[in-house]
Amino acid sequence: MLKAIEKYQPVGADQIKVWYKAAALEKFPKNGGACIKYKEKQIAVFNFTRTGQWYACQNLCPHKMEMVLSRGMIGEENMIPKVACPLHKNTFSLQTGENLNGSLEAIATYPVKVENGYVYVGFAE
Amino acid sequence: MKTIIVVGNGMVGYKFCEKFVSKNESKNFKLQVFGEEPRAAYDRVHLSQFFEKRDAKALELAPLEWYQENDIHLIVNERVTDIHRDRKSITTSTDKEYHYDYLILATGSAPFVPPITGIEKKGVFVYRTIEDLEGMLAYADEIKKNKPNCRAAVLGGGLLGLEAGKAVMDMGLEPHVVEYAPKLMPRQLDSRSSNVLQLTLEEMGIKIHTGKATNQILGNGVITGMDFGEDDTLEVDMLVVSAGIRPRDELAKTCDLEMGVRGGIVVNKKMQTSDPYIYAIGEVALYNQMIYGLVAPGYEMAEVAVNQILENHQAAMQESIDMSTKLKLIGVDVASFGIPYMPANKGLSIIYENKTKGIYKRINVSHDGKTLLGGIMVGDAADYSILHQMYLNNMPLPDNAEELIVGARGEGGSAFGSAMDLPDTAVICSCEAVTKGAICCSVLEDGNETVKGVSKATKAGTGCGGCKPMLSDLVAESLKSIGKTVKQSICEHFNYSRQELYDIVKTRAVQDYDELLDTVGTGHGCEVCKPAVAAIFASIYNETANRQETIQDTNDRFLANIQRNGTYSVVPRVAGGEITPKQLMALGRIAQKYDLYTKITGGQRIDMFGAKLHELPLIWEDLIAEGFETGQAYGKSLRTVKSCVGSTWCRYGMDESVSFAIEIEHRYKGIRSPHKLKGGVSGCIRECAEARCKDFGFIAVEGGWNVYVAGNGGANPKHAELLAEKVDKQTAITYVDRFIMFYIKTAQPLQRTAAWLEKLEGGITYLKNVVINDSLGIANELDLEMQSYVDTYKCEWKEAVENPEIRSRYSHFVNSEDEDDTIEFVSLREQKMPKQWA
Repeated sequence: MLKAIEKYQPVGADQIKVWYKAAALEKFPKNGGACIKYKEKQIAVFNFTRTGQWYACQNLCPHKMEMVLSRGMIGEENMIPKVACPLHKNTFSLQTGENLNGSLEAIATYPVKVENGYVYVGFAE
Repeated sequence: MKTIIVVGNGMVGYKFCEKFVSKNESKNFKLQVFGEEPRAAYDRVHLSQFFEKRDAKALELAPLEWYQENDIHLIVNERVTDIHRDRKSITTSTDKEYHYDYLILATGSAPFVPPITGIEKKGVFVYRTIEDLEGMLAYADEIKKNKPNCRAAVLGGGLLGLEAGKAVMDMGLEPHVVEYAPKLMPRQLDSRSSNVLQLTLEEMGIKIHTGKATNQILGNGVITGMDFGEDDTLEVDMLVVSAGIRPRDELAKTCDLEMGVRGGIVVNKKMQTSDPYIYAIGEVALYNQMIYGLVAPGYEMAEVAVNQILENHQAAMQESIDMSTKLKLIGVDVASFGIPYMPANKGLSIIYENKTKGIYKRINVSHDGKTLLGGIMVGDAADYSILHQMYLNNMPLPDNAEELIVGARGEGGSAFGSAMDLPDTAVICSCEAVTKGAICCSVLEDGNETVKGVSKATKAGTGCGGCKPMLSDLVAESLKSIGKTVKQSICEHFNYSRQELYDIVKTRAVQDYDELLDTVGTGHGCEVCKPAVAAIFASIYNETANRQETIQDTNDRFLANIQRNGTYSVVPRVAGGEITPKQLMALGRIAQKYDLYTKITGGQRIDMFGAKLHELPLIWEDLIAEGFETGQAYGKSLRTVKSCVGSTWCRYGMDESVSFAIEIEHRYKGIRSPHKLKGGVSGCIRECAEARCKDFGFIAVEGGWNVYVAGNGGANPKHAELLAEKVDKQTAITYVDRFIMFYIKTAQPLQRTAAWLEKLEGGITYLKNVVINDSLGIANELDLEMQSYVDTYKCEWKEAVENPEIRSRYSHFVNSEDEDDTIEFVSLREQKMPKQWA
């Protein structure tokens, strides 16, 4: 069986095969995140209302393998948008997935677009 | 190698050692120290703190290892009995003989016990050593067993006598101070300032009797009272004699050193006695025909003796010794400097007296109005350091000298200018003789950028601590001069401290986080400033965590405590730990229905673990239907008020601790603060509720409640400190109301009350002044704010389950009704627990 973490591979703009229509825009809290389900994956989607940007990443925190990142606080550090895991406040860049305050494995990030009031997340499969 | 023997390991004897080993040339000497007390030198100046902490170690000037590390041979519990000048040796109480090349007499002084009939009776004590205090404590405990309201008197209303008065008050005895002179602290104060001080002390419960000559001590073997003649008596159960000091000069008699007529070993300005190989320093030394009972001149004498022995011959004692002093007496500032009072032909005085606030200030000015000659301050000595410096450095007075004590009129505040205006030679810390120049140099050249760092490097502020305000001004100003500031900004998005942000939100009526970020912040926030600001909004508007949910910390956002596998635990409020069988069964039923792991918490309530996100509103709907409300176990807010069963059931109980705990828990529930708050109420001094380990605690005693604040368990356990004694319930609540409000307004984010109080300039005495004496004039404001919290409380879980929008936040996926299928449990002692981390 695939280990939980191996399900999540970053998807670059050139690898998008599917734009998955996740949910209506108003389902996502302002300046916060929510979790969506796509096949066997849990994806955290973040609505940076202040900048008008959207980001998505795996919901799984690589530190203790818990499905919690969507419930974390978002913010920025030196202009890099980030999420802080609600369990131990490990922070990850939402652009590169890199762990900003430690040396944990990077998380997988996914492209997001908003069209006609709906939020779409890009997947390679 | 030459041998130096130091006789006496008190504060000055210790200082000699410290200064000696810090010199390079000291390597060629062997240092041997004898102390007659059973322990190494301790801070006698702060002896009364022993009552609060009962921790002799905390008063220690240096641990025993320090002596070893510095090759100092310390022998305690051994008295030196003879000096043999002919063969340069001493013998001790165990008849051992030791040779010396130089001998330092730092034997200090002993309390003077006046020859009053009956003074040898049981129950009469002196106040000098930790052993004296232990004896007093044991005796106080003994007499309190047989009699509820015991009285203790202190003979002597000087500096030390008033400290002793505070000590007996702390022991739970009714304190009386008896002074022979018509005023308190006759050496330092004029009669008007003494009156102001007396009023303040009497308000605190210390009874003052001035102008009383004690004829005899009454009682049959054991003290029962004091007789002042002509049918004037005072019934007391204990007496502490603090009527001045006498130098411990008996050793000088054994070897014919020159002595003063009324005692003391005569020394020259090199601190040498009549034998050039024997030095005397501290309270045993008679210099310029005076004994100096303060620690600063003693330290200076130690420095001179060290230099003389190391052949640095120009070091000598000054002609006149500054006897200025500033101290906090039982929480009241008292200071006097220069010539505190004088007849009008010597100088003119400017006096400000405000008995409504217990403040008296006097400065004495030369006839031409140009020089400051001295002064007195009672109740508010904030400006002492700068006035003292003006006096010492002969600085010119401003045209309107009265502004020095009543403050400048109109714009621009201070009449003194800044501490930076002082000359570099001005001695800021007189205990350690550190100059302004040395402090500024430590900042500018050695790169010490904090008060702590400068203190460590220069030793400034490590003695009595009186110079600390000035020290921090100098550090701040020096940093400013090179373009740096000491700033505690909370993160990169707000260049403000929590307290500043609190004031900004409040005065500008900022409505939400985004508005605050737009007006005074930069960028888009982070996980540090968001919850800190959320707490500020909660504190100012008493809003629940539901309104701005995405700036809340993990637990507040979903009003539950996130646990190991991303599930939550649920804790309903069980105020004071009192719960009916019906409620207990309801909790059991609900826990069973949702298959929750249950455990009794340390705060006397029931925690239910393993709830999935979407189950939280369902569980709470059931709990609310059974009459429960949120317990805020997830919030930086009041957790529980722990109680013992109290006088309703307990045969020892002095009052109803459970009723009080319930009342107080309902009073403070829901209030958001910089960190969590815990309370405790014990029905008697057995303290089963562990109230002294809490942020605030009440303990029932005979005649009222004792109020403790700023304790905690956790990583750095700390006992709470006594805020007020034997007060009625309403007063106790008012004091704690103000304490909590003041903490909420001024603490750093995530700073518990104990850490906050530790950082608070002036500590518990300052806090007492704010809370009890309203020294900042904000008590009314604090009271109103607390009352508005109490009046606007609402259960945020009720709000959440009744509001469909809030309720919709509780689903794991926004695009599916599915549960999180990655959560796995395993069984544990007939319950369950999360599966171990992968």
